[in-house]
Amino acid sequence: MKMSLDKKTIDRAARQMLERTRADGVKTVWDRLEAQQPQCGFGLLGICCRNCLQGPCRINPFGEPSRGVCGADADTIVARNLLRSVAGGTSAHVDHAYEVVEALDKIAKGQIDYQIQDEHKLKAIATKLGLETDQKDITTLAGEVAEKAFESFTNHTSETMGWLAAWAPQERIDTWGKLGVLPRNADREIREAMHQTTMGVDADPINLLLATVKQGLVDGFAGLKLATDIQDIIFGTPQPVKAETNLGVLKADHVNVVVHGHVPLLSEKIVEWCRRLEEEAKAAGAAGINVAGICCTGNEVLMRQGVPPATNFLGQELALATGAVDLMVVDAQCIMPSLINVAQCYHGEIVTTMPISKIPGAHHVPFTLEEADQQAREIVRRAINSFKKRDMNRVQIPEEKVPIVAGFSVEAIIGALAKINAEDPLKPLVESIKNGAILGAVGTVGCNNVKFTQDLVHVELVKQLIANDVLVVATGCSAHALGKAGLLHPDATKNVAGPGLRQVLTAVGEAAGLGEPLPPVLHMGSCVDNSRIGDLLIALADYLGVAVKDLPVAASAPEPQHEKALSIGTWAVAMGILTHVGLPPHVLGSATVSGALTGQPVESLLGGKFYVEADPVKAAEGLINHLKSKRKALGL
Amino acid sequence: MDQILISPERCLGCRSCELACAVEHFPGKDLFLAVAAEEPPVARIFVETDGKTNFPMQCRHCQQPQCVNACMTGALRQDNETGKVIFGQDKCVGCWMCVMACPFGVIVQDWRQRVALKCDRCPDRDVPACAAACPTGAIRFMPVPDYSKEKRQRYLTMFVDEEGQND
Repeated sequence: MKMSLDKKTIDRAARQMLERTRADGVKTVWDRLEAQQPQCGFGLLGICCRNCLQGPCRINPFGEPSRGVCGADADTIVARNLLRSVAGGTSAHVDHAYEVVEALDKIAKGQIDYQIQDEHKLKAIATKLGLETDQKDITTLAGEVAEKAFESFTNHTSETMGWLAAWAPQERIDTWGKLGVLPRNADREIREAMHQTTMGVDADPINLLLATVKQGLVDGFAGLKLATDIQDIIFGTPQPVKAETNLGVLKADHVNVVVHGHVPLLSEKIVEWCRRLEEEAKAAGAAGINVAGICCTGNEVLMRQGVPPATNFLGQELALATGAVDLMVVDAQCIMPSLINVAQCYHGEIVTTMPISKIPGAHHVPFTLEEADQQAREIVRRAINSFKKRDMNRVQIPEEKVPIVAGFSVEAIIGALAKINAEDPLKPLVESIKNGAILGAVGTVGCNNVKFTQDLVHVELVKQLIANDVLVVATGCSAHALGKAGLLHPDATKNVAGPGLRQVLTAVGEAAGLGEPLPPVLHMGSCVDNSRIGDLLIALADYLGVAVKDLPVAASAPEPQHEKALSIGTWAVAMGILTHVGLPPHVLGSATVSGALTGQPVESLLGGKFYVEADPVKAAEGLINHLKSKRKALGL
Repeated sequence: MDQILISPERCLGCRSCELACAVEHFPGKDLFLAVAAEEPPVARIFVETDGKTNFPMQCRHCQQPQCVNACMTGALRQDNETGKVIFGQDKCVGCWMCVMACPFGVIVQDWRQRVALKCDRCPDRDVPACAAACPTGAIRFMPVPDYSKEKRQRYLTMFVDEEGQND
């Protein structure tokens, strides 16, 4: 059964490129999903286990066998598999964070050519960690902060992870402490999760779920929060920036370099060298060098450098199908190995850069912090060289590009609010929530998933929310989807937002001297920047003197795909937040596990739970009802 | 008339056919709903193995069905038009004569109703659920002559290859 184009994506640029790949017989992620049908029911339900060589085992959901060779039943197997998946997502974020901490440490030791851009944030973080900041030069302080960060990855005590202890609200620390899920350090907890799930260790689904909650906390504090904090110190805390998005940002007459992946250590250098080698590009016959982003490294350089995002996760192959991408440089996470085949059919070179992330057929430049400049220069020169080989007759760039405003860090949001009330910046926002002009807030985050029409759930859900006066903050591929649909722009405040939300955003925009309203969806960054949403919620709860779990807020991953979405979602639920997902993880083979995650067991312990709904309109209704019930409980 | 034909050398023993068969015979025909149901559905296909060969087995809808001969109530009958062996549960008295008569062992007991249960070749579908669910093409729904031709072609290829090696 062939899927029609409008079922594949709502993005018109993507449709145009899909017509092209279809005509050219080039396979994309949509074709591969079709070829995978039907997908294995045991896998979908999470009731297969490959954790020992007596297996693989699978449980018959309709009868016998009801146990694997070792005796594990569906509950054990599903919970074990979930914990391993969440540990996978957590490890991705923690590894990312570790690399940026390593960079900060090397900056402090004068070993690498990166600078500290935000001394103010460095001091703020050092203070929160209990470090003495007076009379200290910046590099010394940077070294001490890096040392503290390293302790959150690996320490030799059983004390609670420092980054969590410094930033989590006391109410949460007490709650997690009672459940025994306070993490000690990231490396130990991830290792323990692998141990706990190996053959013949934990068989108790509830104990396994508690360990999963612990992974969520590791992800939230040693992954997301730590990565964002250190990246802000090194590269600067984002401020609102104007840009454009969608494939129309590629330029036919320029050398087009696309940065794809997640970690800004490399992409920042690429952006810098694209600017520095502009003349070499002109000598090669190009009008200049154009950098565009995909996925979260795209978000990082969008927020800090104004680099336009070309597309989100599902569009990565389609960017290459324009024939105009001369080079795509990737680091890690969400990179489809199929990029090589598409590049071979059209144009462009794929450059991998990390020792853990290589693809056969790609050119590999081993990226190191010490030689970042030389390697970035080499990569940009390869792009210029690739431009010379580009067949201009085969270039087809869709016209679509949409203006966006991005880069709303917590600091930027508070900065804008301070223009209304400098003494008490959160007051205007809190008052708007109290008087009902703003019903509440929802953070939409996470991936595209090819099982959904690309961007559809993100966009339709958010349209409903903002029309009902719900403030939306977004990160990751969700932010890209909303950007392409025009929702990261002040015009959407005028045209789509409900009257209450519109009035507040207009007042803040005018007070901040923007001459226009704030967008109804605030782009807060990459996936690791979900920590910014966490920071904002902690600040709001603190201001109101309530717990985060009592706020009229919710989270949503409308089209989740990655293990990282599971670990982020687990963190959000652990924070006490209702977390919507457009499709369930592979847990439905155990009524115990799926029931606990979406029902009373988890909600009574943590205040948050998962909520599964594929239909965006119904999901919006569910989330709005949730916000209303939270308002009512607060007496609003 | 297409038949369910098996290529056992392609069967990896994943049992996706069993799962799909059970879901197809659940009123909502939805895996997630079926898993949550109080009365789980039952599969009518069985992947058997002797340790070397895996073989998904289900009612072969024989032209001279011994189960029909053995059935005293007429619960089992052969449809003249399609040749399918059809089972009418309302007439079944649970005597298990069909179970004993079937040479393949693919008529089983519906333990809830205490009546016989067998492949009905998915009357609501063009291609039976087991064949549609098979990821390797071990179960296919196709005309017998096509299957035979494919086998002849494969034999020919093997024959020529061996001849070639002898040169």
